[in-house]
Amino acid sequence: MIDVVYFAWVRERIGLPREQVETSAATVADLITELSAREDRYAMAFADLSSLRVALDQELAEFDSPLAGIREVAIFPPMTGG
Amino acid sequence: MRITIQSEPFDMGAESNAFATSAKGAGAIVTFTGITRDNAQGDLQVMEIEHYPGMTERALTDIAETAMQRWQLDDCLIIHRYGRLAPQDPIMMVATASRHRADAFAAAEYLMDYLKSRAPFWKKEIAKSGASWVAARDVDEAALKRW
Repeated sequence: MIDVVYFAWVRERIGLPREQVETSAATVADLITELSAREDRYAMAFADLSSLRVALDQELAEFDSPLAGIREVAIFPPMTGG
Repeated sequence: MRITIQSEPFDMGAESNAFATSAKGAGAIVTFTGITRDNAQGDLQVMEIEHYPGMTERALTDIAETAMQRWQLDDCLIIHRYGRLAPQDPIMMVATASRHRADAFAAAEYLMDYLKSRAPFWKKEIAKSGASWVAARDVDEAALKRW
């Protein structure tokens, strides 16, 4: 099981801030493909990967980063701090 | 070095004075404060700022530590708010203290550039005309290349 958290419009499109996912996905990209196949709301939220950013255990990561040993995956739009 | 993430308002004057007082030996203090700007239609009611508790603290600490190593700083400060803000409310501030102004200015710009694109905050504008997430700007991403 892995914790998956969503922020901003990704959270709104999926309809929840956090969930536990049973997955054997090897990378973030695999996890996104798996979730997108599950339900339309995921496919809609993840339609354009160029408008998404990811963090693994609270560190920024890439779509091809491996999930082995990771407890928390975060998927969100580009950040707008400051 | 101080990193504060809070929903409450802050007093930029009081924060600046406290920072300057504690930065003994510094000959230059640079501060920058970001203010909630009205939208293009002029009907902004609330700016909602969401963040990623846990990662936000780590990201800001990393950014501040890099600045402390890269420039000759005596101290630096980051305050960033989240939650519901009204137009004109201060959103965030950074302050840097150094012996000379060049390092203080450069480090403050660095902190701002990284806060914009590498700290997990997201802004949503709630206006009379509707609600929308603020899009990241290419110019902010491009600004990181100069460092």
